[in-house]
Amino acid sequence: MSGGGIKAGRTLAMGQDEAVGGGRQSVEAPFGRALARLGQSRHAIVGLTADLGKYTDILPFRDAFPDRFFNVGMAEQNLVAVAAGLARTGKVPFATTYGVFATRRAYDFVAIALAHSNLNVKIVAGLPGLTTGYGGTHQAIEDLALMRMIPGLTVIDPCDATEIEAATEAIAEHQGPVYMRLMRGSVPVVFEPGYKFEIGKARRLREGSDVGVVATGFMTERALDAAEALQQRGISVGVLHVPTIKPFDAAAVTEFAASVDHIVTAENHVMVGGLASLVVESLFEAGIAKKVTRIGLPDRYIECGAVPTLQAKYGLTTEAVVATITGLELA
Amino acid sequence: MLRNSPPGSADVAALERKATLLRRHMLTMARGQGQGYIGQGLGIADALAALYFHELRYDPHNPAWPDRDRFLLSTGHYSIALWATLAEAGIIPVEELVTYGADNSRLEMSTLDTTPGVEVIGGSLGHGLGQGIGQALGLRLDRSDARVFVELSDGEMQEGSTWEAAMSASHFELDGLVALIDCNGIQADGPVVLNMEPVADKWRAFGWETFEIDGNDMKAVVDALAGARQRNRKPKAIVLRTLPGKGVPRIETSEKSHFFRIDVAQWDGIIAEFHKSMGTRQ
Repeated sequence: MSGGGIKAGRTLAMGQDEAVGGGRQSVEAPFGRALARLGQSRHAIVGLTADLGKYTDILPFRDAFPDRFFNVGMAEQNLVAVAAGLARTGKVPFATTYGVFATRRAYDFVAIALAHSNLNVKIVAGLPGLTTGYGGTHQAIEDLALMRMIPGLTVIDPCDATEIEAATEAIAEHQGPVYMRLMRGSVPVVFEPGYKFEIGKARRLREGSDVGVVATGFMTERALDAAEALQQRGISVGVLHVPTIKPFDAAAVTEFAASVDHIVTAENHVMVGGLASLVVESLFEAGIAKKVTRIGLPDRYIECGAVPTLQAKYGLTTEAVVATITGLELA
Repeated sequence: MLRNSPPGSADVAALERKATLLRRHMLTMARGQGQGYIGQGLGIADALAALYFHELRYDPHNPAWPDRDRFLLSTGHYSIALWATLAEAGIIPVEELVTYGADNSRLEMSTLDTTPGVEVIGGSLGHGLGQGIGQALGLRLDRSDARVFVELSDGEMQEGSTWEAAMSASHFELDGLVALIDCNGIQADGPVVLNMEPVADKWRAFGWETFEIDGNDMKAVVDALAGARQRNRKPKAIVLRTLPGKGVPRIETSEKSHFFRIDVAQWDGIIAEFHKSMGTRQ
């Protein structure tokens, strides 16, 4: 395991082997800590989980507010239904499970019980994409695509600990249903304190003229590191971070695309239906004809294995991003 | 502000007249569209009359009153019965009932929650009970003594989410939660497709205090609701054995009572048959 992601002596269980970040500082359980902090002043916030409290970092909230925490057991349809009912009594439920279960098992409830009624429920979903070695049953590789199809649902894929904390605050403030991907455990810090997260806003993190990488989730970190490495080789790479998948900041993407020769999309997700699709749709609609190269997962389920092995094999590491960009036929 | 009436105070004959009135409204509504889930509506009319005119506390002038008892119709396609009831309860205008199922009407064939008095979108079966549990938990956090009533059906019990919810209600000791399970023996593909018996035993096994009654016997309905008022740390399940199409022999005996579509002339015959069976006048 590389970097500051996993601390020595930490017990790994239930696919708990994500190691993101290279040599960066990390923060323990940024989501749960942020939620527990918010719970002090926002009494309407309640927490729920479906037997994955320990593995979705929500226990700091449970420990602070045991009366406002409900564990419904392994029952994700009921998790979402109960959260919907709580929202109808004015509560602001944060419901955690894994992305695979929130989407594949509870989809009708997310669509009808939450989104159709625009209820104020926040689903926080662990193990996005290749952050577990448990294979297709645990890797939420198509969740962004599934969730962005649901009318009125806000969909967020944060990059690091700073953004998770900021996004947790932002979605608590936001009125309406949200699906947010969660990085749990020791989460690297990429952004400086004071980084501003705004739902629906992309952020240009680095200017570059040859290649523009549009990235979401932890792939933004890889893109930034790759851009730095490529600078040494004389390739100028810009990075646009798009933490909100829906509503999508198409204006920022088209503006960014205008400033570079070649677009690369980078997502911890299948290449269909997620960030790459959104970027292409946005460029097409704006009449911008530029070559787009996609970094993301193939259209198939991924095998079991160690996370670093899988991320390297499927092109999600910094090295893989560097290799992809180096291989482009640049003007 | 309507308070729930004291136990033992129910005027059974008056409630029966209300149920008849609800059925009359439903037949008029179904005639307007030439179709509808009239069988289910006629079957559940007695339970809805007992709830809205005896058991529930609510303010018809303020359907969003936070301390109201909630009624969640999980089987959204029973909407015809809910609209008739909400109209009689003074929550929506009686004159609006004729718009049932028409374009742009808020009285849909399957409930959406945009109409006053509707507490849940009930069309996708298996949604109501879990959402009722969430509401009951929220009310408990607010230290409200308001109760939550959820109607669901025998066919709906085939949805696994029903049992996810059933498990958690007893775990959370939601004694202000009452499930009314309409067992009318029909579902989309005909008479019960998958045997759900013994229904009451299932709910008991999931930790619910369970009552099993003839859902078209007003006295039995009122008594079961009175029994379900106990705050004894157990959720309550009332298994209602109902007759789809109750009050109209032609529908009661129809194989197609899940969804009824016939021409207007025949509706007149059905309505005449209803009045004959109920001993009422058109």
